[in-house]
Amino acid sequence: MQAVVFALLAVATLGGALMVVLSYNLLRSALGLVLALFGIAGLFLLLEAEFVAIVQVLVYVGAIATLVIFAVMLCRNYFDPTQARFNDQWRLVAGFAALFFVALAAVLLQVAWPVAIEPVPSDVITQLGVAFVGPYAVPFEIASALLVVAMIGAIIVARERE
Amino acid sequence: MVPLTAYLLLAAGLFCIGAFGALARRNAIAVLMGIELMLNAVNINLVAFWRYTDLAGLTGQLFALFVITVAAAEAAVGLALIIAIYRERNTVIVEDLDTMKG
Repeated sequence: MQAVVFALLAVATLGGALMVVLSYNLLRSALGLVLALFGIAGLFLLLEAEFVAIVQVLVYVGAIATLVIFAVMLCRNYFDPTQARFNDQWRLVAGFAALFFVALAAVLLQVAWPVAIEPVPSDVITQLGVAFVGPYAVPFEIASALLVVAMIGAIIVARERE
Repeated sequence: MVPLTAYLLLAAGLFCIGAFGALARRNAIAVLMGIELMLNAVNINLVAFWRYTDLAGLTGQLFALFVITVAAAEAAVGLALIIAIYRERNTVIVEDLDTMKG
């Protein structure tokens, strides 16, 4: 049963990713990205990491993908079927990407991963909260400072010049 | 349960598709979408390793949450830059942005 669900989510994720990189229509690429992100949230649910799955939907789909669609709408020439999708080096890049995938697959199928499957603790969100204000407080504060800086920077960069 | 290598292979495939998109597409927004795919592939790897090896420490989930945060900040700034570039030059094709070309 889990294998069937995993196969469906994998097809959705990889199909969405292929729509992103292969589509002529930029809006269709953005919607393919949304499909891929939902597929990945489903994979997180299958891996019993529910909090990360919800954060993925809220932040990636709800904020980043929405921002991408906004940007696609603001740059008005988003559907031009005569315009080429790829630059001159795409065959070389495709070759290297395929080669890289083959190399990664060869390595990770050979390594004996120290797999230890245990039941997930029931208070994961509590432990995450404690970790964020305890051992991981410094990265947490730096991440919030980064978000403020990024927000201010994005507003200033994208502002209308008077 | 689904074997760990299945998740790792999926993440590797997603990473390679994202890398192809980031390197071969002409539109700057499509390049950014490829980069987001690569970051998501890394997140799948992190959470899969958390589930299959290191349940007590939660470091996999924490690292994935930080990756999502940094990706959000980077996507916001990148898309703001693209909007500003489009306003100036009326194009978002990366090949046409060559004022720094020697």
